[in-house]
Amino acid sequence: MSSHSAAPIDSPDLPQSGNPVLAQEILLEAHGLSFRVEKRTLWSGFELTLPAGERLGITGPSGSGKTLLLRTLAGLEPLQSGELAFEGRTLSQWTMPDYRARVAYVPQRPTWREGTVEAALHAPFAFLVRRSQTLPDEQLRKLLHAMGRDDDFLHQRTERLSGGEAQIVALIRALLIGPSVLLLDEPTASLDSGTAEAIEELIIGWVNASPERAYIWTSHDRTQLERIADRWATLEPAL
Amino acid sequence: MNADYLKLGNVQLVMAAALVLINVGISIWLRLGLAKSLMVASTRMVVQLILVGFILQSVFELKNPLPVVAIGLVMATLAGIAAVRRTGRRFVGVYRDSIITILGSAFVVTGAGVLGIIDVSPWYAPQYTIPLLGMVLGNVLSGVSLALDRFMEGVARETDIIENDLALGATRWEAAHPLIRTSLRTGMIPTINGMMVMGVVSLPGMMTGQLLAGAAPTDAVRYQIVIMFMIAAATALGTLGVILLAFRRLFNDRHQLCAGLLHTSGRGATKW
Repeated sequence: MSSHSAAPIDSPDLPQSGNPVLAQEILLEAHGLSFRVEKRTLWSGFELTLPAGERLGITGPSGSGKTLLLRTLAGLEPLQSGELAFEGRTLSQWTMPDYRARVAYVPQRPTWREGTVEAALHAPFAFLVRRSQTLPDEQLRKLLHAMGRDDDFLHQRTERLSGGEAQIVALIRALLIGPSVLLLDEPTASLDSGTAEAIEELIIGWVNASPERAYIWTSHDRTQLERIADRWATLEPAL
Repeated sequence: MNADYLKLGNVQLVMAAALVLINVGISIWLRLGLAKSLMVASTRMVVQLILVGFILQSVFELKNPLPVVAIGLVMATLAGIAAVRRTGRRFVGVYRDSIITILGSAFVVTGAGVLGIIDVSPWYAPQYTIPLLGMVLGNVLSGVSLALDRFMEGVARETDIIENDLALGATRWEAAHPLIRTSLRTGMIPTINGMMVMGVVSLPGMMTGQLLAGAAPTDAVRYQIVIMFMIAAATALGTLGVILLAFRRLFNDRHQLCAGLLHTSGRGATKW
């Protein structure tokens, strides 16, 4: 189904347990992607098929280009080769803000403009792409509760957030804008194990709550991937 | 305007230079390390001004529009280059962007001032066009370099924040807008502050020159008001123009930030 030349996908685990993946619509599809930094090829011939409902893990050593892969899939890096399509339309057929509203990228180390957490959560709703939407308050309360935070958290200054809190805010913000695909770059890297488990539970719950959702999750941690991914790919440095 | 004023001879120039030489002496005596740069700057200033004096003298005597326009083009191009050389970062095409905006904004505003407002005849009368253009250029230059420096610095330092917005569905304009605002404000601050205190704290150079040449103070302030509006308009136009051009180069039409196009200039931000 999904593999790339440098390292074929190993999917030894569950045969798509709860999710009837085969019958599902393909959300994200990539063919022949490659990434070169100066003269070094990080990966090439990358193939990806992400059906709705799928939980895909990506692992690989540091410097193998996991972050650049997610950034490419988020349309933040120009395509150096190959094709990328979402819901059957190639990237060039999408206007980028529409595409990115549906395929949301959550960076490993989120950064913020000055202001409160509340302002940071409201910011994406001021963009043209969401002109008819407002922040779903009720969902926000639920997400805060799931993360064990109360309303005081909303009044904290973003510049005072710890690395882990910043990841929580970034994740809540990504969930609030209602994407179809989440691109998660080591979303629990700065978190204690208890919060990390809460995040895992939250995101798995998110994908299971609607048949039109899927995520790609990068991690160093094999045991985590076994918990959160239906299958995973290993990025290995190209020679 | 052609009232009497005292002409200065060479002896008087030497006497003025002595004022600086005294300070050079003090600097050497106390080992302040200022002597060399003070001497170099003084010499450059004298040589440059004497050359410009000769050039302007001959242009004034020619009474022909071509050399006036040519001098204007050279001044604007030099201003465009100087504006970039004061910035700490560069991208490919930054010189072209700077020259185009400085040339465009200074010529449009000076043209409007000379032809539309002051109503000079003939239109190229160098006595008006060259000093007015020069004053406009000097201010546009510093506005453009400040704004450009702030914008490029912001793109380099706030790459993550800008891309965060892009990743959440912002258009390139929405993602860059806070930085564009800050950059424009940075470029306009000297002009706005200058107008705030004009006449109270500082007597502007052009007005001083007219007073020395024997103009009535009430006439001189009228010229100063016109030139200040020209400077403010040209600086606003120039900073906006250069920031929009830089924006289009660093943010592509796929709403991607190409921060990799920026490189440091390898010089301090204030060196020439």
